[in-house]
Order: sequence, then C-alpha cells, then structure tokens
Amino acid sequence: MNKIVSKEHFSANVVKLEVEAPLIARSRKAGHFVIVKVGKTGERIPLTIAAADTVKGTITLVIQTVGESSRKLCELNEGDYITDLVGPLGQATHIEKVGTVVCAGGGVGCAPLLPIVEAMHKAGNRVIVVLAARTKDLVILEEQMRANSDEVIVMTDDGTSGKKGLVTNGIEEVINREKVDFCVTIGPAIMMKFVSLLTKKYNIPTVASLNTIMVDGTGMCGACRVTVGGKTKFVCVDGPEFDAHQVDFDEMIMRLGAYNGLNKK
Amino acid sequence: MTTEELIAARRAEQWREELRKNKKNKERTDIPRVHMNELDAEYRSHNKEEVNLGLTAEQAMQEAQRCLDCPNPTCMNGCPVSINIPTFVKQIEKGDFLEAAKTLKETSALPAVCGRVCPQEKQCESQCIYTQKLKKEAVAIGYLERFAADYERESGQVSVPSIPEKNGIKVAVIGSGPAGLSFAGDMAQRGYDVTVFEALHEIGGVLKYGIPEFRLPNKIVDVEIDVLSKMGVKFITNCIIGKTISQEQLQEDGFKGIFIASGAGLPNFMNIPGENLIGVMSSNEYLTRVNLMDAANPESDTPVLMGKRVAVIGGGNTAMDSVRTARRLGADRAIIVYRRSEEEMPARIEEVKHAKEEGIEFLTLHNPLEYKGNEKGCVTHMVLQKMELGEADASGRRRPVPIEGAIETIEVDEVIVSIGVSPNPLIPQSFKGLEVTKWGTIVVNQESMQSAVNHIYAGGDIVRGGATVILAMGDGRKAAAAMDADLKK
Repeated sequence: MNKIVSKEHFSANVVKLEVEAPLIARSRKAGHFVIVKVGKTGERIPLTIAAADTVKGTITLVIQTVGESSRKLCELNEGDYITDLVGPLGQATHIEKVGTVVCAGGGVGCAPLLPIVEAMHKAGNRVIVVLAARTKDLVILEEQMRANSDEVIVMTDDGTSGKKGLVTNGIEEVINREKVDFCVTIGPAIMMKFVSLLTKKYNIPTVASLNTIMVDGTGMCGACRVTVGGKTKFVCVDGPEFDAHQVDFDEMIMRLGAYNGLNKK
Repeated sequence: MTTEELIAARRAEQWREELRKNKKNKERTDIPRVHMNELDAEYRSHNKEEVNLGLTAEQAMQEAQRCLDCPNPTCMNGCPVSINIPTFVKQIEKGDFLEAAKTLKETSALPAVCGRVCPQEKQCESQCIYTQKLKKEAVAIGYLERFAADYERESGQVSVPSIPEKNGIKVAVIGSGPAGLSFAGDMAQRGYDVTVFEALHEIGGVLKYGIPEFRLPNKIVDVEIDVLSKMGVKFITNCIIGKTISQEQLQEDGFKGIFIASGAGLPNFMNIPGENLIGVMSSNEYLTRVNLMDAANPESDTPVLMGKRVAVIGGGNTAMDSVRTARRLGADRAIIVYRRSEEEMPARIEEVKHAKEEGIEFLTLHNPLEYKGNEKGCVTHMVLQKMELGEADASGRRRPVPIEGAIETIEVDEVIVSIGVSPNPLIPQSFKGLEVTKWGTIVVNQESMQSAVNHIYAGGDIVRGGATVILAMGDGRKAAAAMDADLKK
C-alpha cells in the first residue's frame, strides 16, 4: 500500500500523482518504470517513473486516462492508497556525453522524458526538447523542461501553443539547422515510429522507450514482447528502451490492440 | 541420534509394535490400492472446482493398513524433504490424524500442497516396497499425505511447529515459491529471524500464478503460508531484491544469509513465423492472467482471451494445466500439440488421464512450423509438421524427426506456448560475485546449495532451470541445513 501525497490535474485526462515509495525513490534511475495495481481486482499496468524525491521518499507518476485501469488510478485522491506498487523495473537509460541530444516527447510521454532530459543535460550534453501535443491544454511540463535543457520547441496539431505541426516537424527543424548526435523519444507508438523513420533518414542514433502490455513486469509472462532487429525481446527486462531504428513498430502497434474489444467494463 | 536411529526409535514405540502385530503382512498386501475420489469429468470441465476430492477417513485408514512399516523404509529415500513416511502413515492407520499432520510438518512446510502436486509416482511411491519387491501398486503415500493435511485444516486445529528460542540472526529469502517457503519454514524452526521478499503482490510463487485452482486451490496454499507467518516468518510483497533493495542494502540491513529462490523466469518461444500474432502467448502469461489475476472472473479488470479452438504446444504439466484451463474457459476444441509420442510426455500420468477425460485432444508427433493470422493480426491457423520417432537422443528418449511432406493446417484462435522457461535474469544481473551458467542458472554446490558467494545460497528453478515443487522444496531444506551450520560456526 502506497499513499498518494499529492495530486495535480495537468488536463482533463492527465493526472500527476506523487506517491510514497521511499525504497523505489532511492533506487530508481532515469528510464525505470513501475507496475501499479489499484484494488484487489485491479489490473497490473506499467508506468514509467517521471520523477523521484529521495528526501521526501516519493516518486511521481503521470497518468492519462485511456481505459478502466488508468481511470481507476486517476480517480484516486490525495491521502488514498495505491494497492500495489512495485519497481523500479527495466534497464535504466544509458546516459553519456555525446554532444547534441534531441529529446522528443508526445503527450503523456513527456513525463518519463523529463528525468532523461535532466540526466542528459547534467552529463554535459546540449539538450533540445521537442514537446508535442494535440492542443495547448495537453502540453505538459514545459517549464520543467526549460529549466533542465538548452531549448524547448513546442509543437501542437492545432497551433494553439508553440508551432503548428507534428513532433517530426520540430525535430527536422533542429536537424536542418545544426548537427544532432543522438535522439530519445517517448510517446504514442505511432509517433515514435515516425520519429524513428525521420532520424533513420538522417542517420541519427535514436532510442525509443516502449510502453507495451505487461502482466508481471519481471520477465515472467512475455506479454510485452517486441521484435527488435529481427529478434524477440522482452520490454520489461531487456527494455523499455531500444534502438528505435531496429524496432518493428507496426507489430508493436498491432500487439497493443490485443485486448481491444475484450475490455471488461 | 542419526537419522537411521531416529527412524528406528520411532518405529520401536509401543503403539507401532502393536499396530504391526494387529494384522498379518499377507492381509495387508491383499488390500487393493485405494482410488482417488474425483469430480465427474463433464461437470468439472466447466468450472474451476478441485478435481480430486481426497479420501474419506475410512479409505485413508484402510490404505494406511497396506503399509508394511518396513524396518528400512525405502520410501523415505524417495522424498526430497525426508518426511517420516511410515510414522505418519501408521498414525493414520491408528486414527491419530492430527498427529499424522504434525509428523508431516516436522520436515515439510507445505504438506497439503505436496499431497496434491508432488509426482509421488516418481518419488516416494517409486521406492515403496510394493513397487520395488512385490510388483504391486505402491501405498498411496501422496493421497494419505493430502488426507492428513486436509483433515487438520478442516478440523480447525491447525498446529504450528514449536519454535526454539529466537537466535536473533536475520536471514533473507528471495522469492516465496516452494523453495523459498520450505527454506523459510526450516530456518524459522531453527530460531532464525526470517524475511521472505516477493516480487509479485501475492505470496506463493508458482503455487499461485502457475498451478490452477482445479489442481491446487489458492486457499489451501494460504493456510500453509499462514502457519509460516505464525512461526514468525515475515513476508514482504511487491519487493524485488536487486531492484527495490540492492544486495548491499540487504547486508547493511543486517541479513547474515541470503537464499535465492527467484524461480523460473523468461518463457521460451520457438522463434517460428507468426509467434508474435495476437492470441499466441506463453503458458506463463495465460496461467498468470487466469490464476493470479483471476481474469476469467467478470469482476477482475485483467482481460484474458477465451478461445474456442485452443492449441497448447508442449507435453509437460504446465501444458496440461493450460489446456485444461482453456477447456474450462469454454474452448470447444482444446488440443495438446506435442512433437514426440505420448510415451515420452513429461506430464504426470494422472494429468494426462484427467485431460483426456475432460475431452482434451492429443495431437502427438506434431510440431508447429508457423502461425497465420488475419488482417487484424489475430492468429487464425497453425501449420503443423507431422513427426515420427527416430533414434534415441541424449535424453534417452527417441528423437522426433519430420516426415517429409506431411504438413497439415488447422484452425485455431488461441495458441499457448508451453515449452519451458529460462531462469529469471533479474538476480543474476543484479548480484555481484555469483557464478552463472550459459543458461542463466546459478551455480551452487549440489550438497549445500551454496553459491560462489559464501553467505548466498540458491535453490529451485533458478538453479535447476525447471523442476518440480518437491525438488525445489528439497533444495530449500538442504540450503537451510547448510546455512544454519555455517552461521553457527
């Protein structure tokens, strides 16, 4: 049982929860995720850790309501408890000084991108963040990104904030004006697919953090398997970050729909 | 006293002598072996009620009479946790069922579990004098074990093994499956301060996520875990050693010994085309959804695919558990696809028999080559290669070889791959100093279960790769004895 110490609405469908989890806060690194289960009959769902405070002993999760399980989590309030929380899981992001790094986040994927932006910046890289969302209200963490990077480019589908266009337009603008050595992308699978296609064209090494269906999250079930470079990998223990140019995004997108129509409520 | 002397002393107790004299051996050996009472096959294949119903007190006492109370009880050599088999069997014959349960608990933390899932025909019963010398069916030791454990639980008078004075030494157990629980029970009985760390949200490991309700109800596992709690064993769920808490932090927290029982991890796949289609999954995923997450229950948020034409690839107990589960979740056709013949199947004979009674089809000497799917990516067909048996291979079993051109395609809407697991990589990846094989298992001394790091021991599937509940429990017992001796030095 982990207590929610604060709750903030980023938008109608996106909630930030700060949760008591001192052991996880102490051991987590950028890129790690947790498995969360709400209620006795709840489903186990993976969520990438957005931030941690070792002094307060808390971790921060940013959740978008997409189905029953995320809705249950978003409905919890300050003072409520999350029934089960386990982590940190997965391999941490490999952080090193490579030069100029573009960090491209889409929607709620911007939350787990923040610790990577921080770590990449701390490691001495020039960090340019491209934040993408459908509309102004869905752009999250812009201030925090600015505080931890060299530049932030905001892209919205409708042009209500920043520039009008897709995340790929923002990245390409950077590529056209300066040398980019590395790219990190987190967001919807379809977005990461197009980021990957773009950076492949320009030969820029890119990692994508994949958020697949999981049950245990510890390597036991294989629900999260993806094809990377022609080989089957488990996102939970081999990932969640992979060489984006090697990921079979079409298969991943297909598998994300495995239980569509089977949702129970 | 040595073990032999202890066995002899208990056999020499007056009540045992009298019991032996009560009946001639000839009368005992003339009694036919008892049959397990079972639910009707058609009825049980639509629900998750336990298939085996256990013995009545009369049946158990009669079966116990068959035991000849041998001076050299060879059955005990077949028991990895050294249960004093003749003592508990004779206690049943005498009608002292609660005493029989206490005898079981002297050396086994999980008697009601073992009485259900242990392959006794390969363990104690294979060493019974009936099997060895008389060429008759063995005393039904497993059924009797289950009877005594069930009787005690249902009586409401569950005994807790007595604990000597606590010695204050902290030991950590990683994983709460059969190996971990067995180790925890033995160390608690020796006075240690035992903490079990479990990665999942439930205690019990494979007993909870793997073995289905119809073979091992969760409430039975919970009662045995409750006894361990009463013995002072602490359980911490949702905690992954090596991730949540590091090896170093465990040592800083004062744990003097660590037993790694983290179990089987990564499910194996065949790496054939179409294996990542929707509807193709590992038995670990399928069984975890149904057993641990209760996904077939409409109240549970976890979904599970309930196919109408389900193929399960493999011939082990997990394959049988999966295919029988699929049948219960409404499959019209539930098929075992196995590349060898039925004779080579590693599953228990009882499981195969139960599966057949429940209408499971057996496509032996068939091996999947490929899965095909529709435009949504859902599996619709499987392509099978027919096989025949050739020369014996390294395992001593005849090697299956493809019959050229003998290929057939069958319709399926769900495929469950149950061809074994590789050890969980979390611990070998995060612990320093361990010696690990190329298969990912931890190398230990076979006698002491001690790893390359002095105070770290390991047992169960993380060492064996894939074994049974009772072999894992045996490892836990061996590790406890060795760690205890080492910590007392």
